[in-house]
Parts: sequence; C-alpha cells; structure tokens
Amino acid sequence: MILRGRAHKFGDNINTDYIISGKYKFKTLDMNELAKHVMEDIDPHFYEKVKPGDFIVAGKNFGCGSSREQAPRALSAAGIRGILAQSFARIFFRNAINCGLAALECDTSLIEDGDELEIDLLTGKIVDHSQGIEIKAQPLPPVMVDILREGGLVEYFKKYGSFQGVRK
Amino acid sequence: MGKTMAEKILENKAGFPVKAGDLVIAPVDRAMGQDGTTPLAIQSFEEMKGERVFDPEKIILILDHNAPSPLESVSRLHDLMRNFSRKFGVQLMEIGEGVCHELMVSRGFVVPGDLVVGADSHTCTYGAIGAFSTGVGSTELAVVMLSGELWFKVPETIRLNLQGKLPAGVFSKDVILYLAGKLGADGATYQALEFHGPVIENLEVEERFTISNMAVEVGAKAGLMVPDEKAIKWVRERTNREFQPVFPDPDAQYSRVIDIDCSSLSPQVALPHQVDNVKPIEEVGEVPIQEAFLGTCTNGRLRDIEVAARILEGRKIHPEVRFIVAPASREIFLEAIKRGWVETIVLAGGVFVTPGCGPCVGTHQGVPGDGWNVISTANRNFKGRMGNAQSFIYLASPATVAASALEGKITDPRKYLR
Repeated sequence: MILRGRAHKFGDNINTDYIISGKYKFKTLDMNELAKHVMEDIDPHFYEKVKPGDFIVAGKNFGCGSSREQAPRALSAAGIRGILAQSFARIFFRNAINCGLAALECDTSLIEDGDELEIDLLTGKIVDHSQGIEIKAQPLPPVMVDILREGGLVEYFKKYGSFQGVRK
Repeated sequence: MGKTMAEKILENKAGFPVKAGDLVIAPVDRAMGQDGTTPLAIQSFEEMKGERVFDPEKIILILDHNAPSPLESVSRLHDLMRNFSRKFGVQLMEIGEGVCHELMVSRGFVVPGDLVVGADSHTCTYGAIGAFSTGVGSTELAVVMLSGELWFKVPETIRLNLQGKLPAGVFSKDVILYLAGKLGADGATYQALEFHGPVIENLEVEERFTISNMAVEVGAKAGLMVPDEKAIKWVRERTNREFQPVFPDPDAQYSRVIDIDCSSLSPQVALPHQVDNVKPIEEVGEVPIQEAFLGTCTNGRLRDIEVAARILEGRKIHPEVRFIVAPASREIFLEAIKRGWVETIVLAGGVFVTPGCGPCVGTHQGVPGDGWNVISTANRNFKGRMGNAQSFIYLASPATVAASALEGKITDPRKYLR
C-alpha cells in the first residue's frame, strides 16, 4: 500500500481537543461536519489547506488527551491519509489504526511543511521527495497491519469475528 | 522473575504467563461508555451487525459529559443511547447521576483485580483500587460490547515511591500535578504507573482516585495502587461481588523506579496550555481570575467540596469571579447538602450545576469568556478545552481553587487552612 501526499507540519503534544474540540464533537456523528473544524484552535485555516491524500507530520506525543475517536475520524474526513510522528499517545494510535488511518512512528525532524511524501505502509519506508531523503518507520504490530489492511476495525471484525490474528 | 500489577492482572485474564511487551487477548470484566463516545460506538456496533451484547450486566453507559442536553442534536444522541440500553438490557445512568468514573467505583461496578475498559481516557481512575483499567476508542468499545474481549500490549511499569508526609494545605492533586510536571506529558507513554509509599497509604481512597485519574496526563495506560485494607474495605462497602486482589511481586521488574519525598511539597498549579506546565504556587505570580471551577472525575468528591466549604465559610467570593461547583455524583451532592456545605458555598456566592462533568469539556454550563483566566480542579488545561480558545485554564487542588475564588486571583490556600 503506497500513499502519496503533502506534509502539514505540527509540533509536539498535539492533543485531541486541538484535533477536534469538545464543543463540536459532542453534537453530531457527521464526520464531514466535524472535518471543517479540525485543528481549528491552533491553525484556523487548516481545513481549507488540506488536499485529499495529505499527511500530518508531527513531533512527540501526537493525539494526547481525550479518547475521542472523532479525532482520527474527522482528520480522515478532512482528507488526511496518514500521520507521521516522533511518537503517539496510545489511545489515539489505536483509534487511528482502527479507523483505517495510517499512523507511523518515525524521525520527523527533517521533514518540512509542504514536502512531497511517499509512504509504503507495509514496509514502513518513507520517501521525502522534496528533501531527497528516506526515513524508516517503526513496524506496526501484525494485528494493526491486518486491521489497516481491512480498512479499519469494523471491517476487520466483520471479516474475522475476533482478534484471532493476535493469538499465539 | 517477579511481576508488576499490570503483568499479573493481564496474565490472570489472558490465562497464560505474560511479561511486558507481549500482546494478549483478554476478556474484560466491565466496559463503560459515556455520551461523548458511546453514540459512535453504537454506530460501529450496528455496522458490525451486532445482534446481542456479550453480557448486559458488564456494560455500563453513562450520560454525564453533556447532560442535561443543551441542544436538540445532543438529545438525539442521548436517545440513541437510551434506545440501545432498552434494546439490549444494558444499564444506563441518566443525566444527573454523576461523572462516569465516580459512578463506576462508588456504585461498586469495579473491584480490585478487574480488567476494565472505558471509552474515556480517564478510565485509568480505577487503578486506585487495584484494577487495571484503561481508555479505549468508540469502535473498540463496540467490539468489546459484541465479543467481551480486546487485545492489549502488556505495558512496562514505572514505579513511583512517594515518601514522607504531605504538609497541611497540600493534597493528592498537588502530588499528581507535581508528578505531571516532573514526568512530562509523554513521560509514561505506553507504560503503566504503580504508585507506592507512605503518602499513598495515608490518603483516603477518594483522594487516591485523583492521582490515578491523571495517570493518562503523562501518557500512562494505567495508574495502579496496591489494594490495601483501606481500599478493600471501601470496595466491600459498595458491592458483594467476590474478588481476588492482585499485588505486585517484591522482585517485580520496573522500567524505572522514582523516589520522591513529598514532605516539603507546596500547592502546585498547571499553567496554560499544558498539564505538565507545572509550578509551585509561590512561583505563579499575580494572576487575576474570572472563573473558578470545582468538580470533575479528578476532584468533585465529598472531601473536595468540604475543603472548599471550610475556606468559604462566612466569607464572600470575589465579585469578579464566577465560581461553579459540579458534584461528582448525586450521592455526593446529597451528602454535601446534608452536611451544610452546599449552603455555605451558595451563601458565599458559588453556583451548583448538575452532578456530571460540568464545564470541564466545553460543552455547556460555564464556557469562559474571551481573555478570561479560569482556575479549575479538572485534569486538562488545553487551549479551548472549556469551549473558548481565547481563555486560559490553570489547574490546581480544590483548596487552591476555593482560595482563589475568594481573592479573585490565584491564591495559596495554606493561610486559610492553618
């Protein structure tokens, strides 16, 4: 699975309140509506800047805070295909994969805002065409690769009916 | 080799020996959802063509984040939960019953040794009574409601030995704020915390919840405490369920062991806009406040209301301050009424709102104005958290919040507690 898109760069500790504020997410299940407000409090024009297939590139602890699954879902609805970060908060990390949104841990320090990226989800190889560099991401646990391959946890569970992929 | 509490609880549930780093599938003892996360879980449940839940007794749904409903769209989502509850026989706690994490422990749903998941990040609160409890997303809650199990990575554990004795005017909230500042917002990501030492042993159970509650603010998956006699008695007063407490082995392997002497700790304040931006109150300087909030799953309990009442007794809050109190449950509210603390606080100028999450998440009941400084007993101070990105949230103990409400600026509570 190869993804191509542009980088939108953020710093450390981007919490899920910033991704989608509580004042919106409690009102509706309409992710297209929530998508209009993603990142609003820290980058008011973010939604207008995103093109379908783009990536978020961030520092440490991306997605910290609340467990709201609306965060990765609203990012997906806004057009984001994947997130590269130095590290993720654990609930967001699981939620992203469960929604079929790629989340890869890697050294993001050399990637600049607007860079053209190419990401191989299965091998974790990231090419930054703008910088002419290659970065290797941490491999995902097999169960997460399987969930991502099915497009998310709902589809995974419909197919397998359990987490048999994890069993020893 | 010895094992940590996290390893032992997950091993008991998985049914085979495990160590940190292993992936396991384990049956959960209880699953909780609230009104911000359950509607999406119900949608996923329906997409998976769920026709029954694995065990209606083990699922608890709670209306607390946006309750009573401020909007017709929210009322629809609440009805979605009510209909799900009726259809599948799942328990639902109505508006005004209280905050989910208070109800899960005070109504006896969780016991030591349990494995609990909740679609709310502060599910780690129940670690204070020796349960491994952690936050999950909505779709994971849906899968648990269907199948009763979930996959977990067995976490490594950081052991925190809290030595000494807390000085007067310094509370469990100050301890966990201090630790958040020391560890940082990602200091324990993918790991569990185990809290030990005389400071924990000397706390009442309700004060311990404050500490476990904020384990997630340093990225931790769980915030565990040894279920001592005090904790076991507290749980037995609330449920007849049988349980087997789990204790860490004396030779357990920890990723880090941190010793902290709390004897000279001051009241702590987390400054905007990050929970780990913590300073002792002496270094905070002159900060005028326009709103003060006492409540939440961190600090909406009886002792929290009591200390506020002690400070406000016979006094008036500052005229420029809106002081809002949300008791963590109906029982706490009733008891505070009975003991006269509600009257004391209302006479001082405070405002009581429905037991529940109150203004913590910015959905209703006390959204701050532009440029306002808010001092709050909650667990998060992110920009925009309370519904206005143009306001500034400071986190502190209930005593500091009450003293600040009185003076109209962030105030050291110790002079009122001697």
